[in-house]
Amino acid sequence: MNGQALLPLIGILIVIFMIGLWAGKSVRSSDTFLQEYFLGNRSMGGFLLAMTMTATYGSASSFIGGPGVAYTQGLGWVLLAMSQVATGYFVLMILGKKFAIVTRKYQAVTMVDYLKERYQSKWVVWVAALSIIIFLFSAMAAQWIGGARLIESLTGMPYLASLFIFAISVLIYVMIGGFRAIAITDAVQGIIMFIGTLILLIATVIAGEGIPNIIADLQAENPNLITPFGADGDLTPAYVSSFWILVGVGVIALPQIAVRAMSYKNSQSMHRAIIIGTIVVGFIMLNMHLIGVFARPILPNIEVGDQVMPLLALEVMPPWLAGIVLAAPMAAIMSTVDSLLLLVSSSIVKDVYINYIEPKASDRRVKRLSIGVTGILGVIVFLMAFDPPELIIWLNLFAFGGLEAAFIWPIVLGLYWKKGNKYGALTSMITGVSFYVLFEKFYPEPFGMHSVVLSIVISFVVYVVVSLSTQNWRGNIAKSDGV
Amino acid sequence: MQKEHKKDQRFKIANREAFIGVGLVIFNFVWWFAFAYGLGSKDPSEYTYIFGLPDWFFYSCVLGLVVMIILVTFVVKTFFIDVSFDDEGDEHS
Repeated sequence: MNGQALLPLIGILIVIFMIGLWAGKSVRSSDTFLQEYFLGNRSMGGFLLAMTMTATYGSASSFIGGPGVAYTQGLGWVLLAMSQVATGYFVLMILGKKFAIVTRKYQAVTMVDYLKERYQSKWVVWVAALSIIIFLFSAMAAQWIGGARLIESLTGMPYLASLFIFAISVLIYVMIGGFRAIAITDAVQGIIMFIGTLILLIATVIAGEGIPNIIADLQAENPNLITPFGADGDLTPAYVSSFWILVGVGVIALPQIAVRAMSYKNSQSMHRAIIIGTIVVGFIMLNMHLIGVFARPILPNIEVGDQVMPLLALEVMPPWLAGIVLAAPMAAIMSTVDSLLLLVSSSIVKDVYINYIEPKASDRRVKRLSIGVTGILGVIVFLMAFDPPELIIWLNLFAFGGLEAAFIWPIVLGLYWKKGNKYGALTSMITGVSFYVLFEKFYPEPFGMHSVVLSIVISFVVYVVVSLSTQNWRGNIAKSDGV
Repeated sequence: MQKEHKKDQRFKIANREAFIGVGLVIFNFVWWFAFAYGLGSKDPSEYTYIFGLPDWFFYSCVLGLVVMIILVTFVVKTFFIDVSFDDEGDEHS
């Protein structure tokens, strides 16, 4: 790839550095370090909130992997991807005001803080913190590999050098800027994604000589490409619908998303974020996957799905414009990685260290520790991404579904059901994760649906039954005020 | 006593809005499912086209998104109530 396409990419990295430095000022001048570094002092406005949720959520999968699958499967995969529109409004409406009020009262900084206060149980905290650290760490490592691969394919530099550039740019602004820097860069990256996908879609339609022509080409190649059933006709309605749980409503339980639902300034911000979020998520998901399908008649015979987007951009646009548009997936990966990094480090510092090792740690010590842990985590991920161990790859496959099965009921029923208690929460988390992993391993797609559906049903039953049958146990004290 | 009462009010609002969220997602799903599999299960040679896209896809994904955006905007502007997140102070506007 030539220098013209490289310049916009470098420009974006520079902008991101500047934002990190600028946001770092708020961290230094703040007297409540934990609230500021991990939550940006709960001061997000509507636009920032919507953008940071979209950007965190729209990871490498929706920009590189997703369009690649759409290229192979046709319009059926776009249909599946549209289940993600629900995330735009659902998360904020369900967690919504209640989560904001309750977490403020608890002074919660992380999702685990909330669980700790709600259930008053050491075991709930340990299980929750450990699942976050293990699953999100693996998810993060996988995203770093994706980011480095993208730089590699754009610049032609070796993988190690690409990984290094990626790691340095992520680490610097997460370490100095914290949550606020991440939210602001997320907004920049969200705008890049929004405009980038629009330009690329238009350029693709022009290159394919209009939508009717593209659809006719697809139909001539394989009529299944324009049906809802996938290229081989094997995308069943039950399977496709089950993605409403995995990538739609279940997203509510992902810690990196839930933590954003406690970061906003006031209810007006939340209302605005619901509207903006729905528009932005829907628009990006529809365009991005449609681009993948439309690429097929223009560039037939691409073997590796991940290459569809970069090759298409270079094919249908002048190089400098392709560079700007390809900054979109780069932006998506970075904004997911930075949130995950901060979240894992907050779990270690806040949920484990401050809760159980050194509750009276001074503010200065916490500050140094937070930045130090973030840095060390970065180095470990770097080493793992350089030569990824099998275990990481394996765990990453379970990360999102596993976290959803673990947390959805402890969070949602914890908010809205007074009788939910620590025994219910603990057993529900453990059975949710275990069943999810077992299904994936031994009985994938029970009843033709993604394994996450049945796991969530089981963890629901367990939460309710165990909570009800332990109502009179000693030690069943939980804060459920106002439920 | 008065404070307790106010808290109840806020949580009542929050509960109602959560139910609205569930309602919207069910509507969204039914729209998406009905058009996709209702119109899309025909043989591809019998499809009709809107703006060059197969009709099932246009209604389910493109029009569905537009409808959801309008509906969400309408619902938030009409039924969502501003509340204060802190224990003191009232932000009714």
